[in-house]
Order: sequence, then structure tokens, then C-alpha cells
Amino acid sequence: MAIQTLTRDIFDVKDLNLWYGDHHALKNIDFPIQKKEVTAMIGPSGCGKSTFLKTLNLMNKMIPNVKITGEVNFDGDNILNPKTDLVELRKRVGMVFQKGNPFPQSIYDNVAYGPRIHGVKKKTHLDEIVTKALIDVALWDEVKDRLHAPALGLSGGQQQRLCIARALATKPEVLLMDEPTSALDPISTLKIEELILELKEKYTIVIVTHNMQQAARVSDKTAFFLMGELIEVDLTPNIFSMPKDTRTEDYITGRFG
Amino acid sequence: MNSKAADRVATGVFVAIAIVIVTILVGLFFYIFVNGFKYISFDFLTSPSSNVRAGGGIRDQLFNSFYILFLTMLITVPIGVGGGIYMAEYAKPGKVTDLIRTCIEVLSSLPSIVIGMFGLLIFVNTTGWGYTIIGGALALTIFNLPTMVRTTEDAIRAVPRDLKEASLALGVTHWHTIKTIILPAAFPSILTGAILAAGRVFGEAAALLFTAGLSTPRLDYMNLNPFSEQSPLNIFRPAETLAVHIWSVNTQGLIPDVNEVASGSSAVLVLSVLVFNLLARWIGSLIHKRVTATK
Repeated sequence: MAIQTLTRDIFDVKDLNLWYGDHHALKNIDFPIQKKEVTAMIGPSGCGKSTFLKTLNLMNKMIPNVKITGEVNFDGDNILNPKTDLVELRKRVGMVFQKGNPFPQSIYDNVAYGPRIHGVKKKTHLDEIVTKALIDVALWDEVKDRLHAPALGLSGGQQQRLCIARALATKPEVLLMDEPTSALDPISTLKIEELILELKEKYTIVIVTHNMQQAARVSDKTAFFLMGELIEVDLTPNIFSMPKDTRTEDYITGRFG
Repeated sequence: MNSKAADRVATGVFVAIAIVIVTILVGLFFYIFVNGFKYISFDFLTSPSSNVRAGGGIRDQLFNSFYILFLTMLITVPIGVGGGIYMAEYAKPGKVTDLIRTCIEVLSSLPSIVIGMFGLLIFVNTTGWGYTIIGGALALTIFNLPTMVRTTEDAIRAVPRDLKEASLALGVTHWHTIKTIILPAAFPSILTGAILAAGRVFGEAAALLFTAGLSTPRLDYMNLNPFSEQSPLNIFRPAETLAVHIWSVNTQGLIPDVNEVASGSSAVLVLSVLVFNLLARWIGSLIHKRVTATK
């Protein structure tokens, strides 16, 4: 049983600590993340959930004066090892940001950007990847007649789905989502949530959200962060119906945060 | 005074300032063109200048201006953009970077006559080239480089951070992100910087007096061998530009038609800057539309 659990973990975070300068932003985090599940992270602003997410693809290495200790094992390798190939890591661990951030290029070029740079040259192959990614995010029918129109002409919700398609086009194994619907209207939010439920068939998804209903709707597991600590992680229904920690209970019942 | 009245007064003041600026500009153009256009003729543009007789043209000066502009931009743009990329993307914040930035700012505020003297010392005397086009172009590069670095740095910093993050998160390397995302997004501002720099090259006289010189050898425009003395393409020949020509006929011209030549040259110079400006912007917008897929 223990071995089986081990092989299903795609990320295994052990004793992770992170400092921004003097600010201790993540404290002793132990957190296994399982394959092909949706893991949601909730908690008040500044609790470290986004920071944790950005540790999984080492995006926070861009920030000056950041110091990270502990282990973040991805598929058996500790990515905190300075020899980690960031290009390879980020190819396998894609990311979707808070606000749709398409490049000021055509819709097609946005999706083809990653594969092109990672060496896909043939037009037919690229077409195939772009089509598939756009179908996967349910955007194909809306844009198939204007693939070469500028991506910035799309609506906010479409832009966000395009960004998801762009991330999928590099064939990642994990998709990190940093509050992907916080800038969207309810209908677009619903579409993205349906999408997440479909995508989890093929991908491992880790999502940060401010919206607790969203976490309840889309995730298999929910983790609660507070002041840089991982307070509790459990199956989503358990977290919302019978949290073990009183701080979790206080947060989800709206007593603070 | 209540705030509505204050708002009206502020609007009035700014409109008045705008009117003053536009009036000065229109007046200036009007003056230059009215005085200069009547002297511009095909003959004026295509005949060489004369030192003593009336009726000389500005053929060589006009060519020299464009040639020096071309060479200067050829050196300035790659180095300036490279420096700007370094300052915006690679330089770590700290004392050294601050020192570099201060140096760039000081350099950009150097009077052009001082740069001319420096050019005389280095590109004319030390190298032993004498007055040359390349010496002039290098002096103008020193003159323009700080502006170019600065505008590129600002343009890159103005590119939204999330575009850069999006690219890096796709597993794209830093350099590739700069090349494919950041530079195209910063392109319009960088182009504006380059056009401003080009305008300064057209108009610059002081920095060229002692570097490119006040004379032009007899040129044979059919001779395209860049190593030949008579070739217009030779970068080791002295070259008087249009701006320098205007200055020199006005201060030491012996020709009887000083006023005509100076007015005509001024009009041509202003017109050249205008045409170059519009052309560069038009080409720039074509390129930008192509990359951003906006038709």
C-alpha cells in the first residue's frame, strides 16, 4: 500500500522553507501531490499558496533574494538541485496565470509558440497540435475561422482558455493554475471549471483559488494554507464537512480571512 | 475658487500652451519653407557645391548626410539595443548598475561640441585617419548611444511582466523570450528612440566639424568601389553634411548666393528629416502589424 501511494505521487514536497529576503514565506511544508488529481489550495491573501505553486515550476527563482530549502521531488528528482534544467521542468509543468496573458500575436501563434521553440517545425504537425489544444479547451468552435486574428481581440474568458491551450500545447504532465478565474465573469468561470474537470483525466492539476465554492466544485483534495504554513490537506469533502483543525474550520465557515 | 472653475482654468491653460507650441512650430516650418522652397530645384539637388561661384548645389552634402546617418545607425542601433537589453534584463540591481546608469546619463548630457573635440582627439588624430566619414559616424554614435540605451531599457521595462512570465513558464529560455516576446512588444518604443536619434544625426553640426570635416572630395557617383578616393561609398574620405554646410556657408562662405544656398539647404534638411520620419514610422508599423497579427 505504501509503495502504491509513493508511485502515484508526482510531486513530493518535504520540509520546504522559503524566504523572500527576511520574510519567511513558507514554513516546513510537507505535501505530496498525486497524479491525475485536482489539488486545490485555499487560504487568505498572503498565506503562501501562490508562492508554493510557483515553487513547483521554480518561477519564483526569478525574484531576487529568494532562498529555498528542503526538497521538492518531481517524478523522483529534487528540482531544488541547482542542476535542474528549468526548460525541461517547465515543459513538463505548465502554468496558467491569474489574468489571461496571451502574447500580442495571432491565436495560432500563441498556441504554437511553445511547440515551435521546443523543436516542432513541420506545419502539419503544428496544425495538429494547435487544433488539438484548442479543442481540448473548448475554444476551437469559437476561433476556428479566425486562427490568424490577434489573440488580444478575444474576450477575457476566451483569452484565459487560450492561455490554457498554450500551456497544454507543450504537452505538460502537470498544470499549475494561479487563481485562473479571478478576473472572469461567472459564465466564463463555469466554462473553465468544466474544463478543469475534463483535463484531470489527462493531467495533474494544482489550482490556487480564493473561491471556496470553486475548490469544492473542482478539486479532489484541498489544502489549507495560513501564514506560510500548510495547516491541513485532505479529501475535499472532508475539508469542507469535517476539518480536523479549528483554524481550517474558522476559515471555511467565514469566521476570518 | 471652486473645483469646477479650477478645472476649466486648467483646461484653458493647457489648450493655450498647446496653441502656443503649434503656432511656433507652424511658423517655423512656414518660414523655412517659404524662404527655402523657391531655391530648391533639380539642379540644386544634383550639382556639387561651389566655393566661390554662385549657383552651387548640395548634391554631395545631401548624400553625405544620409550616408553618415546610415553608418551611425548601423553602429548605434545594435550596440544601443544590446546595452538596453543588458540594463533591463541582465544587470543585477546594485552599485555597479547604478554607476553604469549614471555614466550613461552623464554621457547623454555631454555638449556635442565636446564630443566633437573628443572625436578629433581619438578618431582623427590618434587613429591617424584624418577627417573621415567613419570618424564622424563614431562621434555621432557616442552622441547617440546613451539615448538609444536608455530608450531601449525603458521600452523593455514597459513590456508587461506577465508576458515574460508566460513565456518562461512554457519552458522557453531567457534569451529566446527576449527575442520572440519582449523585443517585438518593445519594438514601437525602440523605433521611436531610433527615429529621434536619427533626427539628431541629421541636425548635428558641432560634433561633425572636427571629425567628418568641412570638405568633400570630388565624387564620382558611378564609382562604387568603397576603397577608391573618388567613391561616395568610401568611409575614409572627408564629408561635409548638410547641417555642417549650412553652418559653413553662413559663417565663412565666399559665394555670392549665401542666403539662397543656406535657405534652400535648410528647407531640404527639414524636409529630409520629415520624410525619413514618416518613412521609418510607416515601415515600423508594417513590421509591427506583421508580428502582432493586427491587420
